[in-house]
Amino acid sequence: MTAMATTVEPGVSSSSPPNSLLSIRSVAKHFGKNKVLRDISLEIAEGEFLTILGESGSGKTTLLRILAGFEQPTSGEVWMSGERLDRQPPYRRRVNTVFQHYALFPHMTVEQNVGYGLVIAKRPAAEIEARVSEALAKVKMSAYAKSKPSKISGGQQQRIALARALVNRPRLLLLDEPLSALDANLRRRMQVELKALQREVGITFIFVTHDQVEAMVMSDRIALLRSGELEQVASPREIYNRPATSYTAQFIGHTNLLQADVRQGRATCAGLTWPCSLPDGKSLFSLRPEHIRPASVASAANPAPNSAPTPTTIRFRAILRDQSFHGSTDLIRVESEHALILTIRTASRDLPSSDAQIDFEFSAADAVPVRPTSFEENT
Amino acid sequence: MFSRAYRAAITIPPLLWVAVFLLVPYLLMFCYSFWSVTESGTIVHSWTLDNYKELLTKPVYWQTLLRSMWIAARVMFFSLLLGYPLAYFLSFHAGRRKDLYYQLVIIPLWVSYLVRAYAWKTILGTDGVLNTLLQYVHLTSHPLDFLLYSPFAVVLTLTHIYTPFTFLPIYASLEHIPRNLVEASHDLGATPAQTFWRVIFPLSIPGVLAGATFAFVLSLGDFLAPLLLGGPSGIMISNIVVSLFGAAYNWPLGAAISLCMLTLVLALIFSSERLEKRWSFS
Repeated sequence: MTAMATTVEPGVSSSSPPNSLLSIRSVAKHFGKNKVLRDISLEIAEGEFLTILGESGSGKTTLLRILAGFEQPTSGEVWMSGERLDRQPPYRRRVNTVFQHYALFPHMTVEQNVGYGLVIAKRPAAEIEARVSEALAKVKMSAYAKSKPSKISGGQQQRIALARALVNRPRLLLLDEPLSALDANLRRRMQVELKALQREVGITFIFVTHDQVEAMVMSDRIALLRSGELEQVASPREIYNRPATSYTAQFIGHTNLLQADVRQGRATCAGLTWPCSLPDGKSLFSLRPEHIRPASVASAANPAPNSAPTPTTIRFRAILRDQSFHGSTDLIRVESEHALILTIRTASRDLPSSDAQIDFEFSAADAVPVRPTSFEENT
Repeated sequence: MFSRAYRAAITIPPLLWVAVFLLVPYLLMFCYSFWSVTESGTIVHSWTLDNYKELLTKPVYWQTLLRSMWIAARVMFFSLLLGYPLAYFLSFHAGRRKDLYYQLVIIPLWVSYLVRAYAWKTILGTDGVLNTLLQYVHLTSHPLDFLLYSPFAVVLTLTHIYTPFTFLPIYASLEHIPRNLVEASHDLGATPAQTFWRVIFPLSIPGVLAGATFAFVLSLGDFLAPLLLGGPSGIMISNIVVSLFGAAYNWPLGAAISLCMLTLVLALIFSSERLEKRWSFS
């Protein structure tokens, strides 16, 4: 419970941040009958790293394309520091994009690609040269200045695409799944580098991805998009620890969803009972696998199951069903006496393998009430 | 992987085809160009350079060749002028109608060349559609006679006939340009016009070169349009070859001209391909 209190950041939430750079107001986008985005409103702060996270088809790329100017919203407005953005063509916006497949100009050298925006802006030749070499140095690609894009690797093309956008010093940088074509190792390295780079240059980043781990690692805030609507906008810690809906809870990390009956401040689900402060009726709770742990030896000696030593620690007895290795931890699935299947993340490697009864416990504060979404399943 | 018999069975027929219908005729033409013909029309099978000497010394031949190249160059120019904007419009701005417009460009290719050439004859003639119209609206009092039987008529007709051949490779190269490059250019501040000249056009150069080569080479070798619409001033080199092989019965000289043209055309195609390779980046 105490762990949770420190991780929630109530200051950062979906409502207006103090120094707003970009304001998305009731934006909707329809392609014929297909409503790709409905009523999206979002404020993005100066210098923020915001990730738009969603499954394919959630509308995240369409939202990004509206910000870049490649699509017109069907309704709604986009404002950037007091200026209406959505009526302007892409070449008038102080917004640059890093494209999913990099979109480097194949007939130009790396250097010419990076300098393109400055040449178009008619900057003096000396300034262009200086800024291009500075940008190439920043992404560690100075050695490839004279190469054609076809002669460098995917990861290197990625860096050039980034340099080509950053060299223009945009107010806002849009990144459309820029890491999705890279292999896993390179991807993790680029996540760290990109985050560090964003801190260094101080430009607002809007990063689109379908990868929740990526979103968690890099973002100041995550805007989770589902079927064209914002499901939740919050910091990674808040969205993980306090998911607003069952969809969020399941999409961001693993979780156990518990369908409980609430009566007079006590929630009950399959023989488990914990205190909560919800009105009477049915409620859905999310309980993260790492918040369930094998009961400590001292308390496990206590033969009575479900008799918690304190009212906020809930203990139950279960049988191990299966176990999968995930490096530093294992994910195990257990079945309780009341046939409740729960997934548990544990570092313990010495669990009895089969049929033996094991005692587990969790804290009531870790059972987070969530709003049900249409297709949640009760475990 | 495949048996020798199988490989022989699939490779020998095409090889035979090429040998019988391409290599042997070219070889014969090569030989003829070094032979000669007597007054009575007998071919003398002894080697001589006289045909080539005649080509170089008699101005009518190289002048006609130069005129043919000039006509072909104009056809190439006008085909590009018409074909490029058409291809650009179809590829980038036709939207859902793209396939329809594409068919509309292609369908004229199914109409016989002769029909299209004769159509221009009825349009451009002294009693043709155009002259009748011009007199009807009193722009002229008498028929304009430079319209038909002139290099103008040949250039016009060949441009009409070969523009689709120029259009096709340009269209193909424009279709191959990833659209995110256009978006990237806009994103980096380039207006549509700047994007066209800095990104789209450079990437379509292989198509332009291929289209230009088609228009030039096909026009250079054309003999029907000048025959039907060219008149005396619109004679092209192929008309001379035709008459040398026909009425004049001087196959050796005809073969010598053909060989010169073949060399010229092969050199053109070769250099055009070299250039195309330099400008392709896929």
